[in-house]
Order: sequence, then C-alpha cells, then structure tokens
Amino acid sequence: MKLKKILSLCLAGAMVLSLAACGSKDSGSSDNASADNGAQASSDAQVFKIGSIGPTTGGAAIYGNAVKSAIEIAVDEVNAAGGINGYQVECNFQDDEHDAEKSVNAYNTLKDWGMQILVGTVTSKPCEAVVEKTSADNMFQITPSATSVNSIQHENAFRMCFSDPNQGTESANYIADNSLATKISVIYDSSDTYSSGIYTQFAATAKERGLEIVTADAFTADSNTDFSVQIQKAKDAGADLLFLPIYYSQAALILQQADKIGYDPVFFGVDGMDGILSVENFDTTLAEGLIFLTPFAATAEDDLTQNFVKAYEAKCGETPNQFAADAYDCVYVLKMAIEKAGVTPDMSVSDICEALKPVMGEISYTGLTGQDISWTAEGEPSKAPIVVKIVNGAYELQ
Amino acid sequence: MMKKNMKKTISKNVKSNIITFGIAAAAFIFVQILIATGSLSSLMQGLMVPLCTYVILAVSLNLTVGILGELSLGHAGFMCVGAFASAFFSRCVEDTMTNSLVRFILALLIGAVAAAIFGVIIGIPVLRLRGDYLAIVTLAFGEIIKNIVNVMYVGRDSNGFHFSMKDAVSMDMEPDGDIIINGAQGINGIPNDSTFIIGFILVIITLIIVINLVNSRTGRAVMAIRDNRIAAESVGINITKYKMMAFVISAALAGIGGVLYAHNLSTLTALPKNFGYNMSIMILVFVVLGGIGSIRGSMISAVILTLLPELLRGLNDYRMLIYAIVLILMMLFNWSPKAKELRSRFSLKNLFAKNKSAKEAE
Repeated sequence: MKLKKILSLCLAGAMVLSLAACGSKDSGSSDNASADNGAQASSDAQVFKIGSIGPTTGGAAIYGNAVKSAIEIAVDEVNAAGGINGYQVECNFQDDEHDAEKSVNAYNTLKDWGMQILVGTVTSKPCEAVVEKTSADNMFQITPSATSVNSIQHENAFRMCFSDPNQGTESANYIADNSLATKISVIYDSSDTYSSGIYTQFAATAKERGLEIVTADAFTADSNTDFSVQIQKAKDAGADLLFLPIYYSQAALILQQADKIGYDPVFFGVDGMDGILSVENFDTTLAEGLIFLTPFAATAEDDLTQNFVKAYEAKCGETPNQFAADAYDCVYVLKMAIEKAGVTPDMSVSDICEALKPVMGEISYTGLTGQDISWTAEGEPSKAPIVVKIVNGAYELQ
Repeated sequence: MMKKNMKKTISKNVKSNIITFGIAAAAFIFVQILIATGSLSSLMQGLMVPLCTYVILAVSLNLTVGILGELSLGHAGFMCVGAFASAFFSRCVEDTMTNSLVRFILALLIGAVAAAIFGVIIGIPVLRLRGDYLAIVTLAFGEIIKNIVNVMYVGRDSNGFHFSMKDAVSMDMEPDGDIIINGAQGINGIPNDSTFIIGFILVIITLIIVINLVNSRTGRAVMAIRDNRIAAESVGINITKYKMMAFVISAALAGIGGVLYAHNLSTLTALPKNFGYNMSIMILVFVVLGGIGSIRGSMISAVILTLLPELLRGLNDYRMLIYAIVLILMMLFNWSPKAKELRSRFSLKNLFAKNKSAKEAE
C-alpha cells in the first residue's frame, strides 16, 4: 500500500515537472506553428479557398444543405466566368451538426485545408463560437444566415441576412403602420436563439408603438408538435393577430391546429416562414392571407432570381429558400469585394481580411436578396425586408 | 501464503495504475512534442480541451456506473450545472478579476461545488431506489435541469441583479443593464480560460481521485454494496453514506468537466445536443465501450470516440453512418465472447508466455 502511494506521488511529481517544462514553451511555439501553416497554405495556393460551415446532418440540416448547394452553384458560375481577379475559387463545406463545439472543430478542419475566407456559419449559436476564432486568426467572415447580434460581434465579421432585432422592429412597425391589429398574440420557440431574439425585440417595439400583446407563449424544441394550448389561449384572449417568429415547419402545424378550432386571426411571420408552401401534406389554402417578411421570393420575375431558381432546381430538385439565396449572394459579395480590393490568393489570411474590411463599407451590391445593399462597420447589411402576402397560393408583394 | 497473495494483488493494482497514468502522461508528452514541432493540425489542437472534458466525464461516470453499480442517465445534467454556475461566475467577475488562472480555478471550485450540491439533492431521495428507478429519475433530472436553464433570465445593472423566469423584457433593467443568462440563448462572452495544460492537470486529478477512492477502504465498501447489498449491510457498512459519497464525487467531477466545456467556447447554451439526454447516453457509451469499472478503458474510449467523427470528416455525408457502424464493430470486438477468445489467443501476453515456455523447453 505504502509503495503504491509513494509511487503515485513520484508519478504526480514527475508529471507536474514535465508539465512545467512543456508548458512554458507551449504558447509561443504553437503560435509559430499556426503562423507557419498559414504561410504555407497561402504560398502554394493559386486559387481562392473559401470555406463554409453549417449543419448537413441533424434537425437543422435543411438550412445547411440549402447553403451548401447555393454556394456550390455560385462558385461554379464564378469559375465558369473566369474566376475572381483571374483566379479560380475552391470551396469546402463542413458539417457542424448545429452544435457550437462541432462548429469550432469544423472551422479548425477548414483551417488545416487552407481556408482563406469563411462563408458561414449557417446557424446563429455556432456562429457566435466560431466568430471568436476567426477574430483571433483575423480571418474575413461573412455569414449568410446567422441572425443573432453576437454572431458578428467582431469587426472581421459581416452578414448577408437581417439581424434578429431588425426583424422584430420591422414586424412591429409594419403592424402598427398598417394598423393590422390591436391585440396581438405571440407563439415563439424559447429554445431557439433566432425566435426568442426576434420576440424580445418585437415586444420592446410593440410597447413603444402602443400595440398590446395579450398572450406570449413559448414552446421548445422538445415540444414543437402540439400547439393547441397556446392557440386556445390566444383565441380566448381575443387576439386578432398571431405573430409567429418561427420556422415554417412549426408554423404549418400552427395554421392547421388553429383551423381545427376555428380560430382565424391575421397570421404574421418573419423570414423563417419562407418555404411554407412547399411543406409536404400541408393544405396551402390554410396559408391564404399569411403575411411575412422575407428577403427573397423565389417567384420574383427578374432574370437573376429566375436563373438562380432554375439552377437550384436542376441541382437539388426543390425550390430554393432564403438561406440558399443569402448564401448565393454571399459568394457574389465576396467576388465584388475581392475585385475592388485587388486581393490575390497569395496574400496571407490576415492581409486578405485587412484589405476586405474597409472595402465592405464602400461597395453597394444588388442581388437576389436586395437592391443596393451596403454594409455598416458593424457588419450589418442595409436591407429593407420585403413584405409578402400569400394570395391564391402565391406570394404577392405588399 | 496469504500474505504473498496480498502482495501480488497489490502490486498488480499498482502496475495497472502506473499503466493508466503512464498512458495519460505519454499521450500528453507526445502531443506537446507535436505542438512544439508544429506538426499538429489546428483541428487536433482545437480538440485537445474537448478530449480532456470527455475523459473527465467518462471517468467520473464510471465511478457511478462501474464502481457503485448504479445506472445514471443524467450525467449531462451535472455537467450542465457545473458549466452554467461557473460560466455565470466568470461572466460576473470578468472585469474585476483579470488574472485568468485565478479566475478559472475559482470557477472550477464553484462548478464542482454547485454540481456536488445538486448531487446531494438528487442523491438523498434517489439513492434509496434501485435498478431502473434510479436510471429513470436521473434521466428526468437531466431534462429538468436543461429546461430550467432554458427559461432562466438573469441580468445585472446598477441596481444589482435581476431575475426572471418569463423573458428578458420582464426583468425591467436599466438601459445600461447587462443580460448575463439570456434564457434559451444562454450565456455569451465567456472568457476562454480552458487550456490543454489545465485540462490535462484536471484529468490527472480526476484519475488520482477516482483510482485512490477505488483502492481505498471507502472504495471497497462501495464495491461491496455493489456486489451484494445485503451482505454489505450485515457487516455494518453504512450503505447510504457510501453510496452518497460515490455519487456526489461523481457529480462534482462531472461539474468540473462542465466548467472545462463552458470555458472552451465563448458561448454556452443548454441544447438537447450538449446537455440533454443524448450527451448522457454518449458518456455512458464511452463507459460501456471502455469496459464498465475500467478507468483506463473509459479514458481510452472517450478519446477514440471523440476523435472518430472528426477524423471521418473526409467521408462527408457517410460520416455519421460510418461512425455508428464503427461503434457496433468496436462493441463486438471488445465484448463478444468469440472475439474475447480470439483476442486472448493472440494477445501479447500469451505470445511472450509461449516464447518463454518454448525457451524453457529448449
């Protein structure tokens, strides 16, 4: 027994010593190592290496897959048209399972691959973790669809979509300006950053604008199939507008269940509602009169949209949603910024970022999701959401 | 004769412990050398802290499952408590306490104590149950913790702390207020204090605690309860006390794992994925695959199973499919009787023994 104790003490001592020895050197050398890696990656590369991260497995996979396909379409188009500044573009998409920890792993994988610019991540929470890493590495980042405020809290990060507060404010203002309702009920997903972020800001703006929120009920990812309690409460409170800052899959269920109990208020959604008409086994007549904000309508008739929708349908066999549109725009925004800044692939990651940052404040981009979009230094795009209403099974601009 | 046998078993124990610590130390030194020479990819460097976290979690769960012999399905719940308690602390003192090491050590203590308190609260009623019932209650506990954290809003402004279970708006904070725990959106801006060195030290501390406990008087009492409760009771072992002790230590260690997890990423949310049932099961898979009751096995399987999905990234869409298949194959290889027989026939030990006997025959 004694022998064992002495031995374990010795071992512990030896380990602490080896720790100390290794520890003092560690921080410096690892920095060097990563710098070396960066230099190597950029010196042998004569292509732009664009990485992207998003969920392609798990519950949020539809968003990740949409972004992945759209980026591939955009990159193929850019390459076919001669690349950016004469250099071809290579893209690599890594799965993060909608998990912050896995997202950082995916980021590190892409770094090993030699990524120079990050288009991502797709979802908000993982993006908040990854933005810390890109900021530390000073890598340029533009996210197609991470909406939370903290997703782009560092100055190297920009976004293509609306932010959560932006949508909350816009929704409340639109409802107040058009006096759509006096009594409002909200059903939101409290386990989702996107949904609760919009709700928080909506509640604040509604208060300012004198809108009365009579009920606000939450559900979570664990209980997102039965909404009868929340709907009944809204009905009993006499709400004439139901605000749904949630994704379309749950919204479709809410519309069905509200119809069952004969409750028919004005339904108002945000950009997550885009795609509701393509839900399987959903009676689209229930969505008649649904109003929502969106940056992108696949039915728009301009050439750009039509070409994209055609390419996307050929590739994936389905109509693109706003995630795909934002991701497609991201690639073209990058192209525009890179051309304007005169960046070449042999520059280091940090130099590319430094060159692109000031340019983002100067460019004005017109694409699928908006006209003349410009960016603030905080990385927010200046986009006005389009308000659409579903009439006769199709989107109608308001 | 008796004495000789005793000595033999003790030295066997010591040998086994040396191997366990040796593996950990060798792995650590190997990684340090790789980092120093710059040949370790960023992916692996980023994975080091999570690896330490999962090793701690697996070893601590093994204490409950393997040594105490109770099935716990709520280990992630304790991890969640430790993570949120410590992250809350770190966020609060981030501005006033600039020394990250001191802050992190305090955070570790807070996380461990918070998880231990919950271990006591859960343990008092639950350890009276046996078998499936404990599994069910711990499963429920894990889910409850996750859901409570998801509706908790805590903010701080010039008037002090505000608390709400409804939403952030109803806290009525001053405009300068800082929301620390924002319901389902969790905690943001946690300082990145976890490092590989600290993680490794924590792994070693966990190993020392668990291995010493197992080989002590207390550990033998705990194992006696596991093997035959009635017999243990009849020789005067205080069942509740020893069960509690093992369970609470296991919970506190899980809390430490949670602290390490929370301070590795700057953002922390309680999702089903990271603190729910899935995580509890994943930790249980580490333990079962590594061998119930085998500390070294838990350590190795936690490392392998955490690395595997990352190393399979090259397979793209088939990644998760292959991961599942590998899991099944590993389980078969490790535990099916045929595979065991096969392994014992071709094991190194036997090979040496054969050589020896062959030489002796000559």
